[in-house]
Amino acid sequence: MTEHVKVLEASGLGKRYGSRWALRECTLEVPAGHVTALVGPNGAGKTTLLNLAVGLASPTAGVVTVLGGRLAGSPAALNGIAFVAQDTPLYKNLSVVDMVCVTRNLNRRFDQSYAKARLAELGIPLKRKAGKLSGGQQAQVALTLALARRPQLLVLDEPVAMLDPVARHDFMDTVLTAASADGVSVLLSSHVLAELERVASYLVLLSRGQVRLAGEVKDLLAAGRVASLEELALSHLHENATEVAQ
Amino acid sequence: MSTLAVPAGSAADAGLRPVPWRRMAGVIWRQHRVALVGLVALLGGLTVLLWIVGLQLHHAYAAATACHPAGSPACSEADLTFAGMDGFLSNGIILQPVPVLIGAFLGAPLLAREMETGTFRYAWTQGFGRWRWALAKLVSLAIAVTAPAWLFSLLLSWYYQPYFATGNQRLGLTGYTPFFPGLYDLRGPAFAAWTLAAFAVGALAGMVIRRVVSAIAVTIAIYAGLAFAVGTFLREHYLAPLVTTSLNLPGSAWILGQWWTKGGTVPSEAMMRQVIDSTFQPPVVAGPAGKMQAYDTVLQYLAQHGYTQWTKYQPGSRFWPFQWIESGWLLALSVLLIAATVWLVRRRVV
Repeated sequence: MTEHVKVLEASGLGKRYGSRWALRECTLEVPAGHVTALVGPNGAGKTTLLNLAVGLASPTAGVVTVLGGRLAGSPAALNGIAFVAQDTPLYKNLSVVDMVCVTRNLNRRFDQSYAKARLAELGIPLKRKAGKLSGGQQAQVALTLALARRPQLLVLDEPVAMLDPVARHDFMDTVLTAASADGVSVLLSSHVLAELERVASYLVLLSRGQVRLAGEVKDLLAAGRVASLEELALSHLHENATEVAQ
Repeated sequence: MSTLAVPAGSAADAGLRPVPWRRMAGVIWRQHRVALVGLVALLGGLTVLLWIVGLQLHHAYAAATACHPAGSPACSEADLTFAGMDGFLSNGIILQPVPVLIGAFLGAPLLAREMETGTFRYAWTQGFGRWRWALAKLVSLAIAVTAPAWLFSLLLSWYYQPYFATGNQRLGLTGYTPFFPGLYDLRGPAFAAWTLAAFAVGALAGMVIRRVVSAIAVTIAIYAGLAFAVGTFLREHYLAPLVTTSLNLPGSAWILGQWWTKGGTVPSEAMMRQVIDSTFQPPVVAGPAGKMQAYDTVLQYLAQHGYTQWTKYQPGSRFWPFQWIESGWLLALSVLLIAATVWLVRRRVV
């Protein structure tokens, strides 16, 4: 996949729950080949945007396509995207090996040898029920299952929010390996800015359901004359808060 | 560290055929084997019980029918032995909840658990596709609960056969009609159809309510209401009832109503009561036999004085047509409910 292909394109995208717009007039292009960080305060619309991108939710307004024009949620899109939802849901009463079998059966492509090797490397017992694993292990299992589908785009919703610092670091290492060694594009949301510093090469800043800033991290840092991603994000969020106050 | 063997992605992906349906078999088995084994254990346990008690029942029935002469003390003894057996099963009340238990505990959690634990976010973003996933699960499990229920109903038919066999009136039974409320839907295809309907109600309730325990409770409530309404109001209208003036209907007839006429008019109930009370004293002979005698005398008296008794009824021979009518509309209802559930899964509201 080349740089010119857009892994995510949204135009005039909006999602309303009841009378509240969780996301509105979102127009966005995310190029392939990046680890893209979707940042913003709680309730900014990060999860909504990701749910729309993976086809769990359908838009109230506008269009969202992935992987170079495939309609989000369509069979073609599902074949190329792997999604790890918030709190990394697994079937708690299934063993790890059962989860591997279930995921293999539910997908056209599945690299079973990768999954088995990766789980062995992590020291996760295959016979244990998913519900009996630690939070960090559950997250790693969910990520392994997602990567074994050999996606072109890996979507992660707050993947490390519930993890301790060590598990968080290990998880991000796995993501980075997939991104750098295998060329998987990654789109991940987080409100832990410090963790993203290390991994993200593209940034999308959301606030109050709208895109405030989008671009390559190195360009944004240069233009904003700031040293870190955290500083950049905070300055924009503060600016935005001042605008709203006025 | 192991890496992915194949570099991510190719443009040819867009044209891929969907994941074959048969792949869902392994998924369904892994996810629902505990519930399916539980279902087989429940029906298996009941089968053993019914088989043991049923053999005794059939044995007693055979002994009673083979006995000659009919009125002898030995034969009365045999009749009583048969009539006194298996009091806890004879009215069918214990077995009535079986379909709804199967439906509520397999159907309701099917989608409610996915919604409650958030695993739908995993399941619906896999390559198989959400509506195909839902359809495959619902149809497979619907068959997986209906087929054993149908087999079980064959056993129930066998078990209850003596009660409905011709000539059983002699045995001093209460004269069961095949439409007897507690037993009608245990015999024949209606049992499997009610099980399927309970499953379909549960699946839809689970998708709408999204909570396992509430969905089970609602399923039981809806099923109970539906079963009551059908038994009380709907079933008698499947075919137009027959009307007769005959005074001796067979015990297999399902009597829906009786009234009197005299000279082309229908006397009021109060008036009939007055006629009967003024003519007859309370029965002289005590006990059921005495009452029966008095009742016959009343009928004869009224018939002689120009009153005609009309009876509206469904003949016992309509048992099978009624079974197929009920099974048919329950099947149609279940298909509709399952279609609605799949539609709700497909309509993306998260």
